[in-house]
This record gives sequence, structure tokens and C-alpha cells, in this order.
Amino acid sequence: MFRLSSDAMRLAIPALSLTLLLAAVFWMQPRAVGYVGLNLLFNLAVPIALATIAQMLIMAVNDLDLSMGTFVSFVACVTATFLRDAPATGVLILAGAIGTYAALGVIIHLRNLPSIVATLGMSFVWGGLAVLLLPAPGGQAPDWVRWLMTVKPPLAPMAIVASIAIASVAHLLVMRSSLGVLIRGIGGNQRSVERAGWSIVAARASAYGLAGLFAVLAGISLVGLTTSADANIALRYTLLSIAGVILGGGEFIGGRVSPIGAVIGALTLTLAGSFLSFLRISPDWQIGAQGAILIIVLALRLMLNRLEKQEKRR
Amino acid sequence: MDEVLKAVFAVDGAKVNFGAVRALDGVTLRVMPGECVGLVGHNGAGKSTIVSVINGGLTPHEGSVASDGERLERYGINAARARGVRCVFQELSLCPNLSIVENTRIMHRDLGGFGWRKRAAKIIEKSLDTVFSGHGIDSGRAVGDLSIAERQMVEIAMAFSDAGIAPRLVILDEPTSSLDASLARQMLDHVRRFTATGGSVIFISHILHEILETSDRIVVMKDGRVVAERPAQGFDHHGLVEAMGTVARGEGGQRSREQSTAPLILSHQAKGLPFAAREGEIVGLAGLAGHGQTELLLALHAAHSGNWLPERDPLVTFVAGDRRLNGVFELWSILRNFSIASLGDLSRRGLVLANEEETKGADWKRRIEIRTPDMDNRILSLSGGNQQKVLFARALATRARVVLMDDPMRGVDVGTKQEVYAIIREEAARGRTFIWYSTETDEVRLCDRVYVFREGRIKAELAGDEVNETNIIATSFEGVAV
Amino acid sequence: MTPLFRLVSKPWIWSWLAAFVVWFLTIMVTLGASTLGLSQAALTFAAFSVIVGIGQMFVITLGPGNIDLSVPATMTLAGTVALKLMNVENGLILSGLLIALVIGLVVGLCNYALIKALRIPPIIATLSTSFIVQSAAIWTNRGLRIKPPSVLAEFTTSNTLGVPNVAIVALLISLLAWFLLEKTIYGRWISAIGQSMPAARMAGIPVDGTRFVTYLFCAVLASVAGYLLACFSGGAALNMGSEYLLMSIAVVVIGGTAVAGGDSNVPGIWGASLFMFLVVSMLNTYGVGAGIRLIMTGLIIISVIMLAGRRAGMR
Repeated sequence: MFRLSSDAMRLAIPALSLTLLLAAVFWMQPRAVGYVGLNLLFNLAVPIALATIAQMLIMAVNDLDLSMGTFVSFVACVTATFLRDAPATGVLILAGAIGTYAALGVIIHLRNLPSIVATLGMSFVWGGLAVLLLPAPGGQAPDWVRWLMTVKPPLAPMAIVASIAIASVAHLLVMRSSLGVLIRGIGGNQRSVERAGWSIVAARASAYGLAGLFAVLAGISLVGLTTSADANIALRYTLLSIAGVILGGGEFIGGRVSPIGAVIGALTLTLAGSFLSFLRISPDWQIGAQGAILIIVLALRLMLNRLEKQEKRR
Repeated sequence: MDEVLKAVFAVDGAKVNFGAVRALDGVTLRVMPGECVGLVGHNGAGKSTIVSVINGGLTPHEGSVASDGERLERYGINAARARGVRCVFQELSLCPNLSIVENTRIMHRDLGGFGWRKRAAKIIEKSLDTVFSGHGIDSGRAVGDLSIAERQMVEIAMAFSDAGIAPRLVILDEPTSSLDASLARQMLDHVRRFTATGGSVIFISHILHEILETSDRIVVMKDGRVVAERPAQGFDHHGLVEAMGTVARGEGGQRSREQSTAPLILSHQAKGLPFAAREGEIVGLAGLAGHGQTELLLALHAAHSGNWLPERDPLVTFVAGDRRLNGVFELWSILRNFSIASLGDLSRRGLVLANEEETKGADWKRRIEIRTPDMDNRILSLSGGNQQKVLFARALATRARVVLMDDPMRGVDVGTKQEVYAIIREEAARGRTFIWYSTETDEVRLCDRVYVFREGRIKAELAGDEVNETNIIATSFEGVAV
Repeated sequence: MTPLFRLVSKPWIWSWLAAFVVWFLTIMVTLGASTLGLSQAALTFAAFSVIVGIGQMFVITLGPGNIDLSVPATMTLAGTVALKLMNVENGLILSGLLIALVIGLVVGLCNYALIKALRIPPIIATLSTSFIVQSAAIWTNRGLRIKPPSVLAEFTTSNTLGVPNVAIVALLISLLAWFLLEKTIYGRWISAIGQSMPAARMAGIPVDGTRFVTYLFCAVLASVAGYLLACFSGGAALNMGSEYLLMSIAVVVIGGTAVAGGDSNVPGIWGASLFMFLVVSMLNTYGVGAGIRLIMTGLIIISVIMLAGRRAGMR
């Protein structure tokens, strides 16, 4: 009998829901088919996808990051100010932010802190720093960032190309590399990884550091789209990134994550909004639709898991 | 001394204490190159403790470990791995979310670098092919997707795999428990091949004929000591069972009441023989640890307690064995820990009556002799034995007619045990039913009737004079006719 | 144990001490001129944090992983719908409160239904609910700002004997919460569940029922806070709850409630809520910006959990 691996199963539902959603949009609004239409539909997906990958890395080691939204906002503020006016300082600040993330991972592990509360505290810190940088909306995107986000590659729009690139890089890093195996191994069975002689602290620090890196990229790309920044620009990303990981087949504990799925999850969340406007449902319900999709996907997954278990018992 | 020099691994006079319990009491064990040592013993004999000492997870409080004639002062998990000591545990030691290849990567730290996937796949596939030829397991599959048997096959193959440091001593702790006969045969054949090429194996199993056929030498442990050690030819089934059990000890304290006329209070369709308990009866659950006894207790508890609404008159109450996990509430006082299960009787309209709670607490403190100046002290200020007494008092203070006990006397000193035994007898005489899972044969002998578990099923029911150590051990191990 | 030592060992004393120091430092600047005004403002604004904080505290007491992210959305929806229903008419005040309570009950029900039915962690269940509730709030609000009934507006903004009315409401709710936690079986149950769910189950506690009631309670308190806040600020705004997501968790943590569950305390919520407001006004008085304040809040939260010891983490 043909048998899907659990990884493939994990990808199947998000891929299916994205396809269905996309088909529905195309059916209702044929003009959306094509270069410009797709670009419009998925434009905002790039920063969300990057933030989702960042959240996924934290979730891979059984933690959760509640500071994602404020951190991306902070990065956006740095990008719109320092990175444009004094690139060297800007790069230093961002590198320091990534280092802080890694250090946070170390502290959480060594002091056995609850990650939810530790990152909650950090979210105030990042938010404060962002307000210090840009008390009022303003700043301007560096030209190269703006160019990067508005470039029109041949064949497919930037949003699609970027999403595919993000998914591939994250896949190589998390699913194929030794470090990725180690990070996911910690989520799966930390004791046995420890027993095999690995340093858990170092692995956790790298997971957090990588998450910081992806979140920094999310902030930069966001400013590239919006051209200016403000301190609250990405607050919704905390919840969106968690939802994206879950939609993409990731799980809260057990190191079961999927980078490709996470990107698909981010795309689905972005598309949910556009879908409603094509349905002529008020955009008021956009967030609600994201919640509903989350619930439906989780319910589907529960059903599939049950089926699988029954199969196994047989 | 010559033997020590040659031994792949030698433990000398190892003593290990866990609190009041002496887990190892001066154990000396040698494993020669090319030898398979069978290790048998009933619960609490010290098998898993000696395994932990050998694989570096535990340093003995007294005694020494040596390898290849060299005394090892700083011995730990990494040193053990560097010397080629590998271990297959009963519990899962792989990451279920990773594929077999990825798990190989985790287990062998030096496998890194470009193209590690191919190398790791080659290593594990080679090992799987040698141990279980024709296994049909794809090394790209996630461990969590494998059946239990396949998982165990991978664990075994992982232990025998060679990525730079060749395995020299492989410890197999119940490796065949979820393999069928032909797979078990393949594994045992591989053990023979492995030892023929100079490797050493320590083999622990509850299936006696496997031990007898495969081992060169059999070591029998009991109460943290080696009680018999002979070449395998020197043993047969009954010899082994006898060696594990009857170190002469009085059969005193056994109950010999006939209870079969009392009304039935609880029955359950368990796997294997049906389970039933009568009023005022002490029913024992015996067998090797982890063979389904706790599961039965949990099922009995779940079937008779409410999850959504409070039960006004619960039929069952539970005394935990793992105090840390499902017994005490660490932040609370002794009094609150005691009263939590009987709050229904100590309250009016949802309001806890502080005075009645205190009176009842003081009452039970006297009755069961909890040694504390003040019931308002934190529960963790008590010794382990006294904490256990509080848990007993918690259960006995309810009106539940059936008390489920999940091996509660683990790590409790002898004095406390005797006190609790007396209370149990007294309460049973008043008509309470006790369902008592115990890993200690002395305790099982206190029971009126005993169900013996093996591999998740009730395999035997012993009553009256049949409740003795020989019978319990004989039915706990496979391959012995009762 | 001396009385002083016993006082110092209470977990809530620190948040009160901090609040008092900040209060003192602030009035020093104005040489005592603003004492009454500052105190009343602090009590008023703290009241809202107290009400949502208590609900969040009950949920966090349930133990690792329990947290309610739907609090801000529930506040917004309850405030919006209640004001719309009352339609500036004083006669409908009670119906407005009733509808707010019903909204709380429904949200709590949805939260626990999702946790149970989909077997997902509370954080993702309450997150999904909050998305839908937030949308419902946006949909009912439609950018209209309906004023609260005049009696209610008057009530929420005035004082009785110098104490703001909302603070009195919060105090009553706190007393109720304290009573539930300390005196009733239910209080014992949630504390037991928070310390160890398996142990609670084996002690015969109806675990699901207790958790369900707790999620209901949290959502109802959030809706009450939303109702009061909307009336206090002269109309419901879509972002009126957003501040309270982090705030409700922060006051619980700073107030000395065990983050790992099982141990809650009501006085600490008051200390922490007052402190959170007073820090803002102090820094304002000293001319320090909002950025520094946020950073300090974050650092305080992190130091609190690092000092609070190493009980098993929330996840």
C-alpha cells in the first residue's frame, strides 16, 4: 500500500488548504491570475513568512516567542533610521540584537525559565527601544531594501520568488543540516541528545540566534514594502507567526516542524484576507477568517491523526 | 587479578544507595571479551542500577570500575561511549520526530561534514542488514512512524552500529520485549556472532530460555547482591527461578483468610484473565515492573471518578507510588496535602470548614503517626516515608471503599512499612478493599489473592497458599510451566 | 518567626513596596501638590489591570501552558456590544452589563471547547478564539463611537469618599477572588491542578470541570473590564484591549504569582497594577519617555522570574 511519511502528511493539509484558497480566489476573480495579480495577493507575505520561520526555530526546541512582533517592529525602526543613515552602526545594532536573542536562549535554558514569560519581558524591552528610535511613525527605507522588495523578476513576481527562496534556505538549514537535526532532536528527546554527548546550551543558543536572524530579515523586508516604519508596525506578527507555524503543520512540542509548511502557512494567512474581499465579505472579518482557518486546519489534523492511529492499530 | 586485566569491563564491590534503599550492596561483575553475560533477577534486584554504573550514568558510592585492566577514576557517559560501551534501554532513547538517519547522526557525534546523510544511512543500514537481514525498514522514515517492533530493531541496530568507535560492550535491557519470535531469533543469532568476533554483551531478559540459550555465563541478582554466578550450562529454568527467589526467609506475616464469599465490589475486563475484587480483600498485582500493573490501576481509577463534576461518593481512591509525579502537592502544607481528597466531607456549600479540617488532620496525625511538630509545615519538610504516610492518610480519610495502591512503598524505610502494613490489615478487616501493585515480594505475600502480569496481560491468578515467591517469579518469567 | 520576617516573606510585599517607592518619588517632584490627584488616577487605571489580571491569574494558576490570549479581544467585543445595546439610554444599563457577561461566558466556553475538542494547548486555542472575537468586535463597531449612558459615564469617572468608583468595583472583585482562592474547595482545586495535574486527577479532583470554570471566569472578568473601560473612556475603541494582553500577564508575574502555577495571590495584583501605572506617571513627571518605561518594565519582569527561582517552566 502507498504510505505517506508523517512529514509528507504534515505538509499535505497546509498545501491543500492553500491550493483550495487560491483556486477559490482565481475562480471568483479571474483577473488575479497573472503576474500583477499574484504580486498584489502575496505582497505582504514575505515578512510574515520570515517571522514565521523565526518562530518555528524557537518552537522546534519546545519554546515559544511572545516578543516576535515587537522585535520585528524594532528591527523595522532600525532599518528605517540607522541602516539608511549610518549603515555600519545599523548593521552593528542588528548583529547585537541577534546576539541578544542567542543570549536569551542560553539564559532560558540555564535558569530553566518559562520561555513565554521571558520573551514577554523581552517584548517590552524591544517595544521600548523601538519607541526610543521612532516615537512617531517615520523614517525611510534604505534604497537597496526598497529596490529588493519591488524588483520585478522575470516569470514570477517577487513575493513568490522570495517565498520559494525562504522556504528552500530554511529547509536546507532546519531539515538537512547537522545543526538543524540537533535542534529538532532537542525538541524531540532532549535527554537522549544529551546522552549522546552534545552541548544542549550551544544548540539552544544557535536556535535562538538563527531565529533572531530570520526575524531581522523579516523587519528589513517589511520596511522595504511599507517604505517607512513605526514602533507598532508589526505587533500582530507575534500571533500571526505562531498561527503560521501551526497552520504549516508544526506542533507546539516534540520538535515537529516544517519550514516549507511554515512558509505555506504564512501565505495562507495572507491570502485569507484577500479571499474575503473577493467574497465581498467585509474586511472586518479578515482576522476572524484567519482564526477560523486555524481552527479548521487543526480539526482536520486531529481527524487525520486519529485515522492514522486506527490504521496502526490494525 | 589476571581476570581483571583481561576484562572489557569490571565492577568491584560497587555500592549504591538511594536514600534509605540500598540499590547495590557490593556487586562485583566482570565481562570478558567475547562473552555474553546473562543478567537475571526479580524487581529491585539491582539490574538497572548496575547497568547505569556500567554505562556511566551513575557513579557508585563505594567500589571501583575498571576497563581493560585500567582503573577508571573519572568515568561518565562520554567516557563510556569512547570505550565502546553501548546500551539499549527498555524506554525509547531515540528522537521520535527525526528520521532513522538523523537519529544516527545524533548518536554518532563525529559523523558531521558534507554528505553526512549518505554516510549515516550507510552505517545504520549496514548494521540493520547484519542484525535483522530482510528487515525492510527504510532508513529515511521518522522513528515516530515506526511500529514498536521496528523501533526496537532500530535501537538494537543503532547500538551495534560502527561509526569510528566500534562497539565493544553492548548492554541489552529487555531487547526482545516487543519483537516477535523470529526477530528475537535473529537478534540472538547476532549476539552470538558478535561475541564470536570478540565483542561482549550483557543481556537482561524476562524470557528465561533466551537467557539460557544465548549466555555463556549467567549472573543472578537479588536485593542488590549477586546471589549466583555460573556458566549457563549449570542452570536450567527451575534452577534460575529458585536462585532468584528463595534466599531462606520466613514466610511469616502471610494472611490466610478465606474471602471468596464476600460480595464483589469491583470488576474489570483487563487483558488476559478477568479482574475482580471483593469487599475487604487485599488483592495484589505482581510481576516484573512495567508489565501493565499501573495501567490497570489507572484504568480502574478513571472508570470510577468524574472528570467534569465532583464525585460526592467516590468508589475508589488512589495512593501514588511516584510521589513527585502524581502524589504530593509540593507547595502545600501537610494538612492541605492530607485533606485534598476528602474536602467534600469537610465543607459546606463549597466552603472549606477550617476547624473540621484541622480536627480531622490532627486525628489522622495521631492515628498514623506522622512525625511533625505542626501539620501546617510544608509537605517537603517531611522525610520520604512520612510523606508516603500522608498520602496513605489522604486516601484512608476518604469514604472510598476501594483503595488503589501503585507500588507506594518504594523507597520507604522498614519501620514505616510495618506501620502501614498494620493499618492496611486493620482497614481491610473493616471491609475496605485494597488493590495493591507492589514490586516487593514480601508485600505481595501479604495479599489474599494475587494477579501476576506479564507483557500487559494478567497471566496468572494465585490465591491462598499459592501466593509465594516461587510461584510469582515463575509466572513473571516466560518459559516456565507453573 | 517575627511579624516583620513573616511580612517580608510574602510574595506580594515587593510589588507594594515598589509601587510605594515610585509613588513617593513622583509626589516628591511636585512637593506633594499632586498627591490626591495622582493617587486617584493610579487607583482608577490600576482597577482595569486588576480586573483582567485576576482572571489571567486564575488561568495561570492552573499550571504550565495555561494562559488566555483572548483577553484583549473579549474586552473590546464586550465594550462595543454593550455600548451599542445600551444606546446611550440609562434604562438599559443592566441589560448592557448582562450582554457583556454573556459575551464573556461564550468566549470562555469557546476557549475550553477548543482546548478539549481539538486537544490543542490553551495558548493556541485562545489565540484562535481571539482572532474571531476581534473580528466580531471590528464588525459590530464599524468605526462608530457610541457614548455610554450618562449615569454610567458619571459612575465610572467619579469618586465615592475620595475613592474612584471603578477602584471600588475592582476591590469587590478582588475580595471575591480572594475568597474563592482561600476559602473554597474550588480554590484548593485550581491550586492543586496547577501544582500537578496528574496528582490532582489521582486525588479525585474533577480536573476538566475545574479548568472549564476557570476559563469562563477569566473571560467574564475580561468582559466586565471591557464594559467598565468603554464607559470610563467615553466609548469603545477597537484597540482598547490591546494594551491588556501583555499587561494582564505582567501584573500576574510582577505580583508574585508563581508562573509555573499552583500559587496565586490577589494583593500582589494590586501592587503590580499600581506600580505599572505609577512608573508611567513618575517617568512622565521626570520627563522620561515611554521608551525607557517599556524597557524598564521588561527588565523588571525578567528579573522577577529570574529571582523567583527555578520551579519547572511554563512549557
